[in-house]
Amino acid sequence: MADTALHLTAMPAGRRKTRMLLALSVLLAAASALWLFQGLGEGNRAFILQLRAVKLGALLVVAAAVAVSTMLFQTVAANRVLTPSIMGFDSLYVLLQTAMVAGLGVAGFAAIPQLTKFLAELVLMCGLAVLLFGTLLGRGTRDIGRTILTGVILGIMFRSAAGLLARLIDPNEYAVVQAASTVSFTRADPVLLPIGAGLTAAAIGVALWLAPRLDVLALGRDTAVSLGLRHGRMVVVTLALVALLVSVATALVGPLSVFGSPAFFGLVIAGLAHALARSHRHDVLLPAAVLIAANILVIGQMVFERLLGQQAALSVVIEFAGGLFFLYLLLKGRIR
Amino acid sequence: MIQLSGISHRIGGAPILNDITAELPRGKLTALIGPNGAGKSTLLRLIGRLEPLQQGSIHIDEMDLTRTPSVDLARRLAVLGQQTQIASRLRLSDLVAFGRWPHHQGRATARDRKITAEALETFGLGDLSHRFLDEVSGGQAQRAYLAMTFAQDTDWLLLDEPLNNLDMSHARGLMSRLSGLVGSAGKSVVVVVHEVNYAAAWADHIVALKDGRIAATGTPDEVLNAGTLSALYDTEIEVARHQGRPLVLHH
Repeated sequence: MADTALHLTAMPAGRRKTRMLLALSVLLAAASALWLFQGLGEGNRAFILQLRAVKLGALLVVAAAVAVSTMLFQTVAANRVLTPSIMGFDSLYVLLQTAMVAGLGVAGFAAIPQLTKFLAELVLMCGLAVLLFGTLLGRGTRDIGRTILTGVILGIMFRSAAGLLARLIDPNEYAVVQAASTVSFTRADPVLLPIGAGLTAAAIGVALWLAPRLDVLALGRDTAVSLGLRHGRMVVVTLALVALLVSVATALVGPLSVFGSPAFFGLVIAGLAHALARSHRHDVLLPAAVLIAANILVIGQMVFERLLGQQAALSVVIEFAGGLFFLYLLLKGRIR
Repeated sequence: MIQLSGISHRIGGAPILNDITAELPRGKLTALIGPNGAGKSTLLRLIGRLEPLQQGSIHIDEMDLTRTPSVDLARRLAVLGQQTQIASRLRLSDLVAFGRWPHHQGRATARDRKITAEALETFGLGDLSHRFLDEVSGGQAQRAYLAMTFAQDTDWLLLDEPLNNLDMSHARGLMSRLSGLVGSAGKSVVVVVHEVNYAAAWADHIVALKDGRIAATGTPDEVLNAGTLSALYDTEIEVARHQGRPLVLHH
């Protein structure tokens, strides 16, 4: 009796979720098509299309990376208001740009091959993550709060170091650093994009494969251990995925803080994903988060570029629209 | 049988357990009693591998705790710690269904769903199964955790203060259910209890801890007497008898 009751309610819920994911996909497809083909003039079609496609690709990769890394980070930290952006990756990226310009000069900096630079940044940022999460390993993986705090402090340190270096170099060099330290979806190189997309897809694939275990991880350490999950290993693997995703996105387009306070963007995505998916299952939550983030970024960037004529910042569009929707859900009691 | 030998444990330099050697019998309801800070919860958490073992060894039946894969242990032993806050939004039915996870690792079968539904019914949660965990009372949430632990369907059940937040009727219901599991299903149960009268009424075996050492072990009749209890809790305690079992008078 109770069995059939459970069964009956499980079915429509599953169908509702499929419908939700389908609707988000259709919306994204429509937005992408509009992005590619809207206002495509007569001349130079192929060139413009390629330009737009690369930018669209970058938007999608970054959206997916930010969405999944935020969801995974919240699961590990058992906290719904933290996002990986507080861990100092952005500051490290800016410090790296400043150090490279200071060390090599403007000409030297410009001469570094894109691929080398991308891979070096990736390795350094993942190295930082290994160091940070290594402090977890030694402590029986229970002191997640301490690791997060260490990340925050390191982030402040990197920012201060970058600030100091910026003061030491000459103004022309500083202008180059500034240009390199702002996010740009046009910077995404047609060569780097496939690599970034591949790494991101691989990381998300692993996360989806781990989805049942992530569900258990979200129950907290005691319950997870009691259910036989190898908690320590799972925490480290999950954080490694977070580090890889954040590093790829940052190395691809620059510091992610362009989305307004980056914590806010992650927060909006995670909040919306939970509200729309209404499930604890990561095999629903992760795709939902990816689709929501992609929709927000593509539509936001489109409004910013084509409607506002680049007259505002993308962050304003995202914070305004995303924030309004978030508030609406909050007031309706769909988010808690 | 759970064999504890030479267990010592320190937390932040403070000694919590000192050279504990004891046996917890199979097929019995064992109660761990003792004053606050005696190390009851720590001992239970060590047996349930919620804390890493620092010194000594623990064998659960033939399994060495530190050498057995965690998932194998999870099919033989279920441990319920004192509740922690869960960040994800779970319905009670989802939480209880997790009890089957060690058996199916993410792919629930019809049998798993049946056991989950039974556990929900057993703990009187049938009508609440679609409520969210943060929308029910503390006692109802505690019953959901207990149902999850029951759904795990293991030989051994370790429960840390399972009576927390439960009203009289549910507390008695739980103790009687635990006693029933031991009697009819041949399970072995270890509970940390604060109210000694629950131990007096239902336990088959009692382990009393004080200051990280074992103060007394034995049947309720052997342990629950005025002398032992007064020394254990440093308080004048009288023990009467009621329906052939000790009744501890401490108010």
